[in-house]
Amino acid sequence: MTENLLEVRNLTKYFPVYGGVLRRVQGWVKAVDNVSFTVRRGECLGLVGESGCGKTTVGRAVLKLIPATSGQVLFEGRDVFSLQGPDLKALRHDMQIVFQDPYSSLDPRMPIGESIAEGLKAHGMRSARQRQEAATEMLRKVGLEAYHARRYPHEFSGGQRQRIGIARALAMQPKFIVCDEPVSALDVSIQAQVLNILRDLQQDFNLTYLFIAHNLSVVEHISDRVAVMYLGKLVEMADRETLYRSPQHPYTQALMSAIPIPEPDLKREHIVLGGEVPSPLRPPAGCRFHTRCPLAFDRCRTEEPPLLDLGNEHMVACHLRQPPPIDA
Amino acid sequence: MTQTDNLLQVKDLKTYFFTEDGIVHAVDGVDFSVKRGEILGLVGESGCGKSVTSHSIMRLIGQPGKIIGGEIWFDGKDLVQLSERELRQIRGNRISMIFQQPTSCLNPVFQVKDQVLEVLQIHQQMDRQHGTARVHELLKMVGISDPERRAKAYPHELSGGMAQRVMIAMGLACTPELLIADEPTTALDVTIQAQILELMRNLYRNTNTAIILITHDLGVVADMCQRVAVMYAGKIVEQTDVRRLFREPKHPYTQGLIGAVPVLGVVKDRLEVIPGSVPNLIDLPRGCRFAPRCRARLERGLTICAEEEPALRPIGLDHAVRCWLYE
Amino acid sequence: MNDITFDEISQRAEAITTPVRSPWAVVLRRLARHRSAQMGSVLILFFVLVAVLAPIVYPYNAIVDSNPVNRLKPPSAAHLFGTDSLGRDILVRIAHGARISLGVGVLSVLLAAVVGVLLGLIAGQAGGWLDNLLMRGMDILMAVPDLLLAIVIVAIRGPGLGNALLAISVVTVPGYARLARSMAISLRENDFIMAARSLGVSTSEILRTHILPNSLSPIIVQFTLGVASAILEMAALGFLGLGQQPPWPEWGAMLSDSAKFLGAGAWWALTFPGLAIMLSVLGFNLLGDGLRDVLDPRLKR
Repeated sequence: MTENLLEVRNLTKYFPVYGGVLRRVQGWVKAVDNVSFTVRRGECLGLVGESGCGKTTVGRAVLKLIPATSGQVLFEGRDVFSLQGPDLKALRHDMQIVFQDPYSSLDPRMPIGESIAEGLKAHGMRSARQRQEAATEMLRKVGLEAYHARRYPHEFSGGQRQRIGIARALAMQPKFIVCDEPVSALDVSIQAQVLNILRDLQQDFNLTYLFIAHNLSVVEHISDRVAVMYLGKLVEMADRETLYRSPQHPYTQALMSAIPIPEPDLKREHIVLGGEVPSPLRPPAGCRFHTRCPLAFDRCRTEEPPLLDLGNEHMVACHLRQPPPIDA
Repeated sequence: MTQTDNLLQVKDLKTYFFTEDGIVHAVDGVDFSVKRGEILGLVGESGCGKSVTSHSIMRLIGQPGKIIGGEIWFDGKDLVQLSERELRQIRGNRISMIFQQPTSCLNPVFQVKDQVLEVLQIHQQMDRQHGTARVHELLKMVGISDPERRAKAYPHELSGGMAQRVMIAMGLACTPELLIADEPTTALDVTIQAQILELMRNLYRNTNTAIILITHDLGVVADMCQRVAVMYAGKIVEQTDVRRLFREPKHPYTQGLIGAVPVLGVVKDRLEVIPGSVPNLIDLPRGCRFAPRCRARLERGLTICAEEEPALRPIGLDHAVRCWLYE
Repeated sequence: MNDITFDEISQRAEAITTPVRSPWAVVLRRLARHRSAQMGSVLILFFVLVAVLAPIVYPYNAIVDSNPVNRLKPPSAAHLFGTDSLGRDILVRIAHGARISLGVGVLSVLLAAVVGVLLGLIAGQAGGWLDNLLMRGMDILMAVPDLLLAIVIVAIRGPGLGNALLAISVVTVPGYARLARSMAISLRENDFIMAARSLGVSTSEILRTHILPNSLSPIIVQFTLGVASAILEMAALGFLGLGQQPPWPEWGAMLSDSAKFLGAGAWWALTFPGLAIMLSVLGFNLLGDGLRDVLDPRLKR
């Protein structure tokens, strides 16, 4: 059960910034910088962080939807970045993605049945009838009806569109789905519907998820393990219970205490972080969080803390959290 | 509750939008009141009419929308009846507003300083010198360090959180009696949201400004508000103080909403779900607007829900519900 | 709703009861209600009808055979729009001229649109040096005034209808190439394109099934407005004697013939062809404006 389905090793993605009259490269946005993690078969790994922390870039680079600058991604032992042509196409069967924006993720000029079966067509399912049947089956799986297949995206609500997006990914019968903020654009009542569907499907099809979100409560609800990113770096990673019960990185702690909880009598101590997230164009030296960290000291400003295992696979990148000494 | 402790009283407000597809009943008979110096939360999901309600109070409804009925009493005057000229003396001066997208509310070609100054010049006839000193004071008050330098910044040089601080400074420039905050932290990251909420809490303690806080986030409501009105499809369905709302929510929609939110530190196997989605505001169901999605109606076998619309009735001290279950 | 539990209901999305409406159907419905689109369509329809009926109602020789006895007669019951310097009925010649103007207008722009859109999509999709090469080429074409370029092309290849058509096409291509390129680039950012790629759909298939259909709205608007300017350009070339050669009736050529006789008081010979040009151009412009209004607001629910 603990077999690794996906292994991400030292993933790095820099985006060039053009400027000047000649549109030369003037700098690099260090969106993702040396990130490593694994996703085990059948689990849901939550990836949280605030906007601009690089979580979406990780999701897309893992699927080779955008080229990575360096690093390696292994899916069932296959090196994703080196795959080309038919091998890459075959990989598309196994790895899928669900997008955040239910409005831009569906082609407004295409009936949704065709959108759902688009992948099957690309992979050689010739018969239109077969494709239609497959689309209908997927629609039912996400709580929609067969007659919806002929309709266009503009006729659906946000929640329904998100179900359609899930059906499209599901039609490929993937093993692994990157869920890129699949519920952040939805209202709470609709969000709950979609989260429940995602969870049911995970069980029914033995799916593995990389669940990207900025909402820690949502991630807690759906994930088995959780990784926290800040400014292109992984700062903490642990199983859900450990992370939420005893977050170790000062950023994770602040993030959790910043979330307003729907419980008026709850008196919590708020850790309000000062300042803003620095620009990923010029990330701070040393620990990238030191500019806002309430506990920062000299070493944090010069030396970057490595991601270390505190025991029980609780990984933290902070100078103040050192693994227990190894007994001889 | 006497008329006098109410700073603002909205009675049977109706704002419709006349589109080519039909009439959108965005706000359809909304009643509520705000007391002096309190924070009232207006919660609901997108399309429930909470923003249109707030825009109606400021009379900022543009084509094809129109306030077609109701009264908005503020300091003995019905804002609906005031002339545009009289209204301008209230807007930005005695009632001010902050918005969800702070960066798009600032004019990109002027410095921050000039935009805050403009408010002071319009309403307080302040000259430039005194005004500039006051601008720096205001920026400092909203937690902007080095206000003299930041005042010279242009909007694109500000982050979202910083821009929202500037908006708050502008909103509070004339020490208004009422501040309407329309989803002020929705576009911001959690850690920045925490900063802004903290700032609003502190400012609230130090001034006597009442706040209408419009949000979809129940966590923000619990954190900030004293009283809450829950809106659904253009109507208020429940109104009470914040403790009672979370302790004993009465309306099935409120109950569903609270059950549907994943709460940090509370792991449930499944989230409660409100089926379906918000009704089309052009073609509203007869009877209770929530009836098609209502679990309690089905379990109790109530038939009246689909036929007749319930009224917003008091069921206890400062607790009103619009539901046939409590008739 | 009776034999399923509420929890089962809660997993389903609500039903849609409205009839199926494709995005194009929505646009057509809106267009039908648009005032200037209505007027434009009526004008265009009128000229199309005239063009279709002209050869049926009037025989061919009525437009070419000169009749010196009837030269420069003012409008009368026999000749509603009067006659020209060779005694030919102007109404008949305008009716036949509609075939040339509309035909050339639509055909030249169609040719330009197909070529331009293809080049634009390729440039937008390929990027890099190919994009640069194609678009700089287009920039050079655009740097020369349209009419001047058209005159140069016709001057090189010799006057005549076919060459005029080709010239108008060539000067119109860059507009479509630019438009299609910018559409391809902006649509590429959409998640549905990313989704198609993640499904393993090939690039050419993405261009065909996603990018082209979604670029059509602005292309249609530009096409309609393009026909209007093509009619004008055709008339200008005809006026300069570079377009359709006599005795065929072409509106621009008719204008230049008649201009000589304005001093003789033959206002009708100039007015009616001029009106025909103006009204047909107006028709396409009105429809184009209407289409722009209707297609511009993004399709929302």
